[in-house]
Amino acid sequence: MRHHDDDPKLDADGIARRGFLECMAWAGTGVLWSIGGGLPSSLGLTRALAAEAPTGAAPFTFLQISDSHVGFDKPANPDATATLREAVGRIAGLPVKPSFVIHTGDISHLSKDKEFDDADQILREVGLPMFFVPGEHDLLDEGRGKSYLARYGKGSRGAGWYSFDQNGVHFVGLVNVVDLKAGGLGNLGADQIAWLERDLAGLPSSTPIVVFAHIPLWTVAAEWGWGTADGAQALGHLKRFGSVTVLNGHIHQVMQKIEGNVTFHTARSTAFPQPVPGTAPSPGPLKVPAGELRKLLGIATVDVVSGDGPLAIVDRPLAG
Amino acid sequence: MIKVCPATIAVAILVAVGAPGVAPASAADALPTALSAGIGTVAVRIDNFTFTPTDITVTAGTTVTWTNGDDIPHTVVASDRSFRSPVLDTDEGFSFTFTAIGTFEYFCSLHPHMVGIIRVVAS
Ligand SMILES: [Cu+2]
Ligand SMILES: [Fe+2]
Ligand SMILES: [Fe+2]
Repeated sequence: MRHHDDDPKLDADGIARRGFLECMAWAGTGVLWSIGGGLPSSLGLTRALAAEAPTGAAPFTFLQISDSHVGFDKPANPDATATLREAVGRIAGLPVKPSFVIHTGDISHLSKDKEFDDADQILREVGLPMFFVPGEHDLLDEGRGKSYLARYGKGSRGAGWYSFDQNGVHFVGLVNVVDLKAGGLGNLGADQIAWLERDLAGLPSSTPIVVFAHIPLWTVAAEWGWGTADGAQALGHLKRFGSVTVLNGHIHQVMQKIEGNVTFHTARSTAFPQPVPGTAPSPGPLKVPAGELRKLLGIATVDVVSGDGPLAIVDRPLAG
Repeated sequence: MIKVCPATIAVAILVAVGAPGVAPASAADALPTALSAGIGTVAVRIDNFTFTPTDITVTAGTTVTWTNGDDIPHTVVASDRSFRSPVLDTDEGFSFTFTAIGTFEYFCSLHPHMVGIIRVVAS
């Protein structure tokens, strides 16, 4: 079922303003990505659940989940563990099993061992390979990230960056939450950018690239620190590729932008929503009425209507 | 639980005494608008991802206490790394006593757009 009349109008910058507002209703599950012809399209998890399994060749799919914040227990979500478990339950119910899951950071809320342990225990139930990049909430241990690296950093470099190939797609996990500078945004650093350049050097330009990192690589809202200071440098090395998809988290809402061959997308959180820039005095958790929480969690969904234009994400409740 | 530097434990006790009706063990949780009234102590609130007051001048020997009023954790880190708090969850605080004269810029290492200044002058 498609609702073309619900297609959001894109502003000049390609961002769906209507999508922003609807996203405030918060889906909080995950986004299923399907790669066909090198251009990933995504389905809201709930919608994917409802979809018929394709009869043709099974597409290569993977899933993005973000900002679990296990340990968070404040308004509007007193139990971020429960909502993560719910998201995992939905993944298990997908008619087409994704090949793997990418978690774009803020696994834990305060980097406590128990939070990581709880997250791992729940995420293990997905039964799929998981790939992680850290969020700033995952580097709050005394060793400033040692705990994260010990748990998730196997085979990675530096603060936890790495790449891998799957079905002809080159995936790059970047870390932009380390050594942040006063007054600034997210930061990749010279070492990581040099590594990225080397990592991409041997690839033909026809290789589809998926880059994932916690903080958006494009500037969403500088006044809230929602961007990456040297993100443009990293993107410079991606310019020659015909299909580049950048997946981020951190801002706890869906935003999407297309610039040339690059599609930028941010995923929802499974823990709590954050406000749309400019609509609140700070990016603190968006508090929804207590009675609305489960309803919003359970029923909000994401549709991506893809055409020959930019991908656009529409969020709509399942009921009501 | 408030996290304090060893040198500022006396300040924390002062707060506990100054919070009537609250058991000393949990007084730190209630913390300290009253602190700004104390002699030699200054309170900086962290609300809405902002240090308030953002720019303050204190005399040498003053203890500054930051308290996080947000539902999101923050840190207090000197740009020159001369002081650095542990992560401060909701209602947690951190104190530092400024003995050296100078201008100390600081920020939140999680949200680096959050910045503040402590100017320390001779007493
Ligand atoms: Cu902060
Ligand atoms: Fe987050
Ligand atoms: Fe984050």
